[in-house]
Amino acid sequence: MSDFFRTTIIVFKKDLISELRTRYALNALIMFVLVSISIIRFAIGEEKVENEILSGLLWIVIFFSASGGLSRTFVKEEEKETSVALKMSVDSSGVFTGKLLFNFVLTLILNFLITVLFIMITDYEIKNLWGFILVIGIGNIGLVSASTIIAAIISKANSKGTLYPVLSFPVLIPLLVTVINATKLSAAGAETVILYEEFVILISYSIVVTTVSLMLFKYVWED
Amino acid sequence: MNTILKISIFVIISGVIIAGIILPIPFIPALGDKARILYFHVPMSWIAVLAFFMSMYYSVRYLKTRDNDFDVRSYSAASLGFMFCILATATGSLWAKFSWGSFWNWDPRQTSIFILLLIYGAYFALRSAIDSDEQRAKLSSVYSIIAAVTVPFFVFIMPRLVESLHPDPIVNTQGKINMDSTMLTIFLTSLFGFTLLFLWCLNIKVRIERLNLKHLRSITG
Repeated sequence: MSDFFRTTIIVFKKDLISELRTRYALNALIMFVLVSISIIRFAIGEEKVENEILSGLLWIVIFFSASGGLSRTFVKEEEKETSVALKMSVDSSGVFTGKLLFNFVLTLILNFLITVLFIMITDYEIKNLWGFILVIGIGNIGLVSASTIIAAIISKANSKGTLYPVLSFPVLIPLLVTVINATKLSAAGAETVILYEEFVILISYSIVVTTVSLMLFKYVWED
Repeated sequence: MNTILKISIFVIISGVIIAGIILPIPFIPALGDKARILYFHVPMSWIAVLAFFMSMYYSVRYLKTRDNDFDVRSYSAASLGFMFCILATATGSLWAKFSWGSFWNWDPRQTSIFILLLIYGAYFALRSAIDSDEQRAKLSSVYSIIAAVTVPFFVFIMPRLVESLHPDPIVNTQGKINMDSTMLTIFLTSLFGFTLLFLWCLNIKVRIERLNLKHLRSITG
């Protein structure tokens, strides 16, 4: 068991170091976020847009920027042909959780940035800030749990970039619907207690998908 | 045996179609004669879901045994299920046009069948993007299992979104089926007949796919 945690941390560190060296994901994704939020701003123009619609737009930006970043996690191992070395050195479940952890940290940073930019550029108003932060945090776990296994699947297929949103969207709909609803509620100032019902769905979704992914990952990873 | 089965499927389904159109149906508020769609629409939806879970079941079997035949079955069930899913969507939205006034209005039932269509579509997109047989079988099996475990969440989420106008709560109040005996007989016969038809189609499809695979392997050696 301790071995499992150790490999998780090792894979996480490895990804972190390689990311800090190349800064592929962060640089490209920050630009992507900036561009997409500006497009929203230009599309809105001088109109006064309701908060409810902005909550939905926020998650559209999060979904697509996540699909840009998360889909790369396993593809880059295949492209640089480092996957064989990774397979030889560590156990498959450790690889999965390590990548999961890395993706989680990546999307968390990204979502923080998206939210801050979103508030600055559009007139997005959050009334229950702590509730909102919890929603984004828990929503992130669900988003990452489903995205990581899909990223692993597409890394073995052709036309990787287009395939990712196609595969991940149907699986993510229950999560997206719930999380958008919770974001709307928290932005409108609902008490955190009211959000518990959404949290239960989001957390159970994350647990179910992560467990099944962990069980299935070895079939995807090992040739 | 096989001939008897084929003839009985033919008899059952033609019987259901004729009886469903000709025989009188009891008065159902707000539905009237439009309720006849139930004989055809419900079996389609049922088979679309059945095929989806059959596909998942064979996927699990495939991953356990690595026997390629299970992948063939999983794929065949999915492709037939996709067809029935389209039929269910078409019959449903045709009915919606006459009852609700528009072909598509994002009723929770329509949203769920739409998501099922998306999952099937994604499954085929994935399959066509992988060259190697073994990889294709493995990855599509994994995907179909992942998709299947997220489906139950709709059961919790969808009713909370919008109230459904689907007649299921009218015809089928509190789990007690509110149909008279003629209607129930036709309905159950139709369900039985179409399920048999599906299983027969599945059998043919599996045999075709097996031959395809054999042919492909004989070419590539």
